[in-house]
Amino acid sequence: MVEIPSDGIPSAEVEDVELYHPHSWWTKYVFSQDAKIIAVQYSLTAISIGLVALVLSWLMRIQLAFPGALSFIDADHYYQFITMHGMIMVIYLLTALFLGGFGNYLIPLMVGARDMVFPYANMLSYWIYLLAVLILAAGFFAPGGPTGAGWTLYPPQSVLSGTPGGKDWGILLMLISLIVFIIGFTMGGLNYVVTVLQGRARGMTLMRMPLTVWGIFTATVMALLAFPALFVACVMMLFDRVLGTSFFMPAIVEMGTQLQHGGGSPILFQHLFWFFGHPEVYIVALPAFGIVSDLISTHARKNIFGYRMMVWAIVIIGGLSFVVWAHHMYVSGMHPAFGFFFATTTLIIAIPTAIKVYNWVLTLWRGDIHLTLPMLFALAFIVTFVNGGLTGLFLGNVVVDVPLSDTMFVVAHFHMVMGVAPILVIFGAIYHWYPKVTGRMLNDMLGQIHFWVTFLGTYAIFFPMHYLGLLGVPRRYFEMGETAFVPPSAHTLNIFITVMALVVGAGQMVFLFNLVWSLFRGKEAGGNPWRATTLEWQTPQTPPAHGNWGKDLPVVYRWAYDYSVPGAAEDFIPQNVPASDGVTREVPA
Amino acid sequence: MAVVLILVLIVVGSVLFHVLSPWWWTPIASNWTYIDSTLVITFWITGIVFVAVVSFMAYCVFRFRHRPGNQAHYEPENRRLELLLAGGTAVGVAAMLAPGLIVWNQFITVPADAASVEVVSQQWLWSFRLPGADGKLGRAETRDVTAENPLGLDKNDASGLDDIIIEGGELHLPIGKPVHILLRSVDVLHDFYVPEFRAKMDMIPGMITYFWFTPTRTGTFEILCAELCGVGHPQMRGTVVVDEDADYQTWLGQQQTFTQLTASSGEPPPAN
Repeated sequence: MVEIPSDGIPSAEVEDVELYHPHSWWTKYVFSQDAKIIAVQYSLTAISIGLVALVLSWLMRIQLAFPGALSFIDADHYYQFITMHGMIMVIYLLTALFLGGFGNYLIPLMVGARDMVFPYANMLSYWIYLLAVLILAAGFFAPGGPTGAGWTLYPPQSVLSGTPGGKDWGILLMLISLIVFIIGFTMGGLNYVVTVLQGRARGMTLMRMPLTVWGIFTATVMALLAFPALFVACVMMLFDRVLGTSFFMPAIVEMGTQLQHGGGSPILFQHLFWFFGHPEVYIVALPAFGIVSDLISTHARKNIFGYRMMVWAIVIIGGLSFVVWAHHMYVSGMHPAFGFFFATTTLIIAIPTAIKVYNWVLTLWRGDIHLTLPMLFALAFIVTFVNGGLTGLFLGNVVVDVPLSDTMFVVAHFHMVMGVAPILVIFGAIYHWYPKVTGRMLNDMLGQIHFWVTFLGTYAIFFPMHYLGLLGVPRRYFEMGETAFVPPSAHTLNIFITVMALVVGAGQMVFLFNLVWSLFRGKEAGGNPWRATTLEWQTPQTPPAHGNWGKDLPVVYRWAYDYSVPGAAEDFIPQNVPASDGVTREVPA
Repeated sequence: MAVVLILVLIVVGSVLFHVLSPWWWTPIASNWTYIDSTLVITFWITGIVFVAVVSFMAYCVFRFRHRPGNQAHYEPENRRLELLLAGGTAVGVAAMLAPGLIVWNQFITVPADAASVEVVSQQWLWSFRLPGADGKLGRAETRDVTAENPLGLDKNDASGLDDIIIEGGELHLPIGKPVHILLRSVDVLHDFYVPEFRAKMDMIPGMITYFWFTPTRTGTFEILCAELCGVGHPQMRGTVVVDEDADYQTWLGQQQTFTQLTASSGEPPPAN
């Protein structure tokens, strides 16, 4: 930890010569090495492919509520839609947007750096990500279409002919796209980690970093450790499919024909997949946790409650998330004794997670709550996350999972907790930081419409869906058909859910329109419209120029949460303002 | 203020939905009432937490909303409160985990007197095998699967010759007797799922998985596949019938053994 002299820290004058400055439009806006441009590129690409996934969800919901209404949706298509929807949303939208988008924009600005430490690798990271997205999307145009194996890609079905794309291009393109994505992510991820560890401004100790940076930093470290498991799983499956190896393939009789495989283990793939897949949940959740902490604190004009506990909770959740993966596999046929271990670790993770929820709510308590759009989205996040987190206690508790596993309860749970909740934070964050990125505010009226439709609509979709699962309706059914235990009323509920899904999807068009409209017509924001303390709001220009800080790097004198300090002239004191008594503290006593 | 109202409505609405919803689990037909009880405990604990957190949030938004002249309280940490809440959460978690693990232990411990029943899955069909008079299932291998021997029994294993084979037909089980369900797949992953029994387990080619239960109610129940197994996944249905013992014995007497099946090979096996 950096030791800071209690008085008179000299201004760290770093001559602005280290950065590669662009000389043309191409190197400024296209092959840019500026993390802020790369962030926008990542975000726009992620949102674009996310829109494809949104349309796929509409098609699936229409099929479930009105089977056969759209005649082009057959079972093959349905399974291709669920697979692409899931994979796009989890990896190519959420992971890319949180780490590649928010990570790139916020890390250098929030820690007081001029840029990422490896700008060239950072640029490559984006272009490789774009390549991965294009390979993935190519599946839609390939012979046989994309893979329909479900986003979990469980072998052997994912590479056999009973599954769409199993013996065509679909599964190959999916595996190659994932491999390329991971290569690209690793370049970006190493950058984020090294920038946080080595690129901080003077005085920015680790325990003074905003929780946004803690969340993104921890998630990135986790991703660097978790993605390799997916990487090897993809490579091995590719070998099974192309070279005829048998990593995941036991002896199989497919439609009456003995296949030339033997000795492999399908369940090994599941362990590798979930060794990645569970940390992945928190790779998406931790940046959301961090960002929402800062949104709540800023807009409630109050320091985040229990900052140190919040940091440790992030780190502990990150660590524990590597020893809970098999709770996705309670009914997979793995040795049942594992159930004791994984149920225990899984429920333990509820404790640091609950602490985070309490501290968010306690930050509101005795605050000065401004009901701005970022605050509204933060409140909606808490409701959604608490709901989705609590249903996790059903599924994590091994024996309760047995009847609920593979039903719509699971679908409802994970959409609530890692779909809707993080996306609400993303929206809140965009309303919060859009003024810094563009210099203009997003339109409030359009934002209100977007907020209420999204929050109430998603709750109306996913809350009742749990009860279909409780009833026993299985997930991943192209059509339920006549099933004795499913009453007609369940079908009515299905129609309601579909209508809500269409409405929520349409609501997102308002948001997209707002993004474009406000770019030209939005109210001028000024440098610090929310009167926030963190460094990104203290830049000399808005939007910040390449290099962020002009001649002098900022020097940090205080933590990120000096809101409503008793006796202070204003209700916020930026991190780069020296303490009046000349004493610097880590976290105020 | 709309926000406060909506937050309250979400709490009230969610609780009312839970209470009034016509969608609830199917009437149980097995001994796993403990699973249902653990689920109910979990509903109570999580329901109370949900109501408490969201209501408190609504209160905070109402009471501490911005008005001119307001200033937020400055209190970075409160160790006592944080530890108290963490401790309370730990107690709640333990109250759910403890019964969960106890019931899990029962779930994975098969009673010694449980009768073995094998379920064999393939795309997209359920088949079944019961031990014959010797009470033992013979060896079987995916490698030995042929058109005449769809379940891949080892012809050199004498204990398999009297095994009863039901290809694609109904499975019958006697009421009140524990059954040890042995699960085997010859192609991809499947999952033997009967909602009324509460229990389910994946079937993995190359492995034998299991669960056990005791049927407690006679009737006809639908078997669904609960693990995505290709495009035919939703159509992969079967039927299990829980009979009184006498009816069960009658049904059992009508089934064919492996020897009878192979003797009549060349003809399609009789469908039930």
